[in-house]
Amino acid sequence: MASIKAIINGKSITAESGMTILQAARANGIHIPTLCDHPALSPFGACRICLVEAEKNPKLLTSCTTPITEGMIVHTNTPRVIEARKAVLELILVRHPLECFSCASNGKCELQDVAYELGVKDSRFADPGDTNTSHKLEDANPFYVRDLNKCILCGRCVRVCEEHAIYHAIDFQGRGIHTSIQPPVGSPIEESDCVFCGQCVQVCPVGALFEKTAAGQGRPWDLEKVKTVCSYCGVGCELEVNVNKKTGKIANVTTNYSSPTALNKGRSCVKGRFAWQFVHSEDRLTTPLIREGDTFRKASWDEALSLVAEKLGEVKTKHGSDALGFFSSARCTNEENYLMQRLAREVMGTNNVDHCAHL
Amino acid sequence: MALYRAHVLICHGTGCASGGAPKVLEAFKEELAKKGLEKEILVIATGCHGMCEFGPIVVVYPEGTFYSQVKPSDVAEIVEEHLYKGRIVTRLLYKEPLSAQKVCHYKDIPFYGKQHRIVLSNCGYINPDNIDEYISRDGYQALGKCLVEMTPAAVIDEMKKSGLRGRGGGGFPTGMKWGFCAASPGDKKYVICNADEGDPGAFMDRSILEGDPHAVIEGMMIGGYAMGADEGYIYCRAEYPLAIKRLQTAIKNATEYGLLGEDILGTGFNFTLHIKEGAGAFVCGEETALMASIEGQRGMPRARPPFPAVKGLWGKPTNINNVETWANVPRIIVQGAECFAAMGTEKSKGTKVFALTGKVKNTGLVEVPMGITIREIVFEIGGGIIGDKKFKAVQIGGPSGGCLVDEHLDLAVDYESLTAAGAIMGSGGLVVLDEGNCMVDTAKFFLEFTQRESCGKCVPCREGTKKMLDILTRITEGKGVPEDIDRLLYLGNQIKDASLCALGGTAPNPVLTTLKYFRHEYEAHIFDKKCPAGVCQSLLRYSINTEKCIGCTKCARNCPVSCISGKVKEPHVIDQDKCIKCGACMDNCPVGAVVKG
Ligand SMILES: Cc1cc2nc3c(=O)[nH]c(=O)nc-3n(C[C@H](O)[C@H](O)[C@H](O)COP(=O)(O)O)c2cc1C
Ligand code: SF4
Ligand code: SF4
Ligand code: SF4
Ligand code: SF4
Ligand code: SF4
Ligand code: FES
Ligand code: FES
Repeated sequence: MASIKAIINGKSITAESGMTILQAARANGIHIPTLCDHPALSPFGACRICLVEAEKNPKLLTSCTTPITEGMIVHTNTPRVIEARKAVLELILVRHPLECFSCASNGKCELQDVAYELGVKDSRFADPGDTNTSHKLEDANPFYVRDLNKCILCGRCVRVCEEHAIYHAIDFQGRGIHTSIQPPVGSPIEESDCVFCGQCVQVCPVGALFEKTAAGQGRPWDLEKVKTVCSYCGVGCELEVNVNKKTGKIANVTTNYSSPTALNKGRSCVKGRFAWQFVHSEDRLTTPLIREGDTFRKASWDEALSLVAEKLGEVKTKHGSDALGFFSSARCTNEENYLMQRLAREVMGTNNVDHCAHL
Repeated sequence: MALYRAHVLICHGTGCASGGAPKVLEAFKEELAKKGLEKEILVIATGCHGMCEFGPIVVVYPEGTFYSQVKPSDVAEIVEEHLYKGRIVTRLLYKEPLSAQKVCHYKDIPFYGKQHRIVLSNCGYINPDNIDEYISRDGYQALGKCLVEMTPAAVIDEMKKSGLRGRGGGGFPTGMKWGFCAASPGDKKYVICNADEGDPGAFMDRSILEGDPHAVIEGMMIGGYAMGADEGYIYCRAEYPLAIKRLQTAIKNATEYGLLGEDILGTGFNFTLHIKEGAGAFVCGEETALMASIEGQRGMPRARPPFPAVKGLWGKPTNINNVETWANVPRIIVQGAECFAAMGTEKSKGTKVFALTGKVKNTGLVEVPMGITIREIVFEIGGGIIGDKKFKAVQIGGPSGGCLVDEHLDLAVDYESLTAAGAIMGSGGLVVLDEGNCMVDTAKFFLEFTQRESCGKCVPCREGTKKMLDILTRITEGKGVPEDIDRLLYLGNQIKDASLCALGGTAPNPVLTTLKYFRHEYEAHIFDKKCPAGVCQSLLRYSINTEKCIGCTKCARNCPVSCISGKVKEPHVIDQDKCIKCGACMDNCPVGAVVKG
């Protein structure tokens, strides 16, 4: 790609053609605060926090949407820029409930971060009664909670649902301060096209969307991210299991949009993200069990596998290979299924193989 | 065409039609048939003359006699007297408010005297549903000239030379915009006509579409040819059913005549045109929101660049112009760019249509040459202030515009001078205010509109306009605090600077300009808890001047909440705590002892 030379805050930089000012700044180690922008989503230009000034341009520009051009001279921190950002932030804070103490977002909240960076404690323009209370907490489904009073209308959820989940289950509705993010008019989220993949939850910069299961399970700084592969199906999505370092328990499961090893590129389905409770289930098998009469006894893998091999061998000698059948699962990978049919055909000598997804 | 001895033009614009024009037309047909004159005199339904307040309007040609407020019951008399006996029916002539004289001829009405009707030249003159009438007035001649004699580049050159600038608000040079779209790579391009006209009180575009739809269609086709677009959309607000109907008829007729469709006039040029009904949101008039709306998405503006000329409708290079802009195009081509450029000021050429409303004697649609002064518009065309009260200001440019005052009366109206004074040309709303208008209340009216119509996407506009409105509301309720003025200034300037689209970018203008020219009125509300114009209900106070009161008890008897006390023939008193400020006492006092303030 063609490379572009420009100047940001007096520093000469090079960028690839087609990059936004924000991307170019980041690529060159220059920080610009953002709220509605997300690296995995198309630019939106709604929050106006990323405003910058460019010489010869009378208008403030949103760095997240404006392409950088050859010779552009950008300033990201002029008094005019800082004042505009502060005004915008304080306008968000007019109606935003300041409930950081108990908020699921505390510790990873991007709104907090911007307020911290700009040194804004509260809004000069908030009058008593301004705090948004117009939305009821929506927690009817088992997966995530919508607390729209905290929503800053960044539109990330709408974009992720349209661009990554490809459901377009939600969109902006209403006008002016009555704007909110909703499924089509009149239907609750549970009856909409939403499949609860939870990607909107993941990209929400504030505490407007959060996993129901994560409530009280640990602050972001208590959690350790354990990279793993989802065990539900053969797609093999890369997941991050967030484990509370103090309790050893899982708080939630997230994905990583920029992980180079993730073939799911940040996507997941409802099961991968929300159906991990079996991990801590008391009924969960942790060793092989061997049946003895009416009871089971714990055994080692070696013992169990030897027993299976022995019994299969017995059936084969007594009744012939075709008395055996091998049935595998869609939850295994292609490679695992391939190995299973080789076991059936080459070792056991039967073509009786099938698969649960065949049903 | 058959020859007629006289033509009776009956306005069928929205104003006159709702005032009963179709019944008047029926009555004419009946009366003429009765007299056996139907072969001699042709009755035509036309578009708006811009004098809707005096409708239904009937103009009789060849004389150009202008009858106003014609009712079906008047028709027999007009037919008998004027058309049969040749005597003008003086009773029905338009009465000129300035001189209170009856005016006989269209051309003698001062309302039209200072006007320069180019875009509106066909409005009220031809039957908009009859393509032949358009053609007989040089219609589609410009298209033919372009297709046969001019290259696309030459057409764009001509537009550049004319100096035409967008009439939709921004005032961007049209020829330059066409040039961008023409130069933009792509084999599929679109042209769009912006007929969303959402400013409260504006009806310029509606009148053009209703009165002369073919001019807009022809303009779009010329644009399509010049820029290499073979498809166009007219985005018209659904609240304009008559305009949509006329457009549908016009498209059908033009298609039948081979003027729309494939291989137009045998030149190989193809052009199809669609009408898309708007969803009733002001913001859908913003070009990127408009295109999103055509695509079936929520009408929400997006950041530019990319500009429509590069990435527009369905991602293709697109050019979008306002109705009035398009309607100017055929005239420029027929008369030549020089002729057009001869009108107006150095940087603003041609004419502009305004919807003149408010406290002037003549309200309506006016088309004036650029460079005319506000004084001429208000006092000559508008006939001055109603009741000869004192002129206070004009709000120009609608909710995105600002107010201009006494000192601007001799300002030449063009894009630059208006912007320099803090207002904008806008799409052409022009509201005249007199001493009875409260400027805080006026600013609040416009801000109420913009904050309600904010699409909700970006923070400064969504949250900021609401906060400004909160502050204005409390000022008008007498609850304003001294810091409120600085807050309004700060918020206004930040919202202008930080908003995504021009809705937010201009929404503070009415507040900022009224603060600039009428800061004392804000201060009176905040510090003295008084509304100098006596408009803000919460700040009104009715009291009785004891010197003047004759103790007639009339006020007490008429007060709906019985808060006036006093003995017969003794001065009366109003209990301020109970008074609901209805003004009944004032209306009823025979000696003017009740004072408001
Ligand atoms: C909130 C908003 C509403 C607008 N409404 C209209 C409208 O109703 N009609 C119009 O022609 N332009 C409207 N515009 C301006 C258009 O975005 C665009 O600039 C115009 O259609 C371009 O045409 P022109 O170059 O012929 O003026 C609006 C702009 C904004 C920001
Ligand atoms: S969303 Fe962020 S700023 Fe808002 S209450 Fe939660 S932690 Fe605080
Ligand atoms: S959970 Fe998935 S499908 Fe549902 S709204 Fe969020 S992103 Fe869309
Ligand atoms: S719910 Fe979250 S992601 Fe969606 S718009 Fe609101 S703040 Fe943004
Ligand atoms: S300025 Fe207002 S109307 Fe325009 S994008 Fe922002 S919120 Fe929407
Ligand atoms: S109506 Fe006028 S004059 Fe009569 S009592 Fe009332 S204030 Fe006095
Ligand atoms: S991050 Fe650029 S506008 Fe929100
Ligand atoms: S509608 Fe008849 S004059 Fe305007």
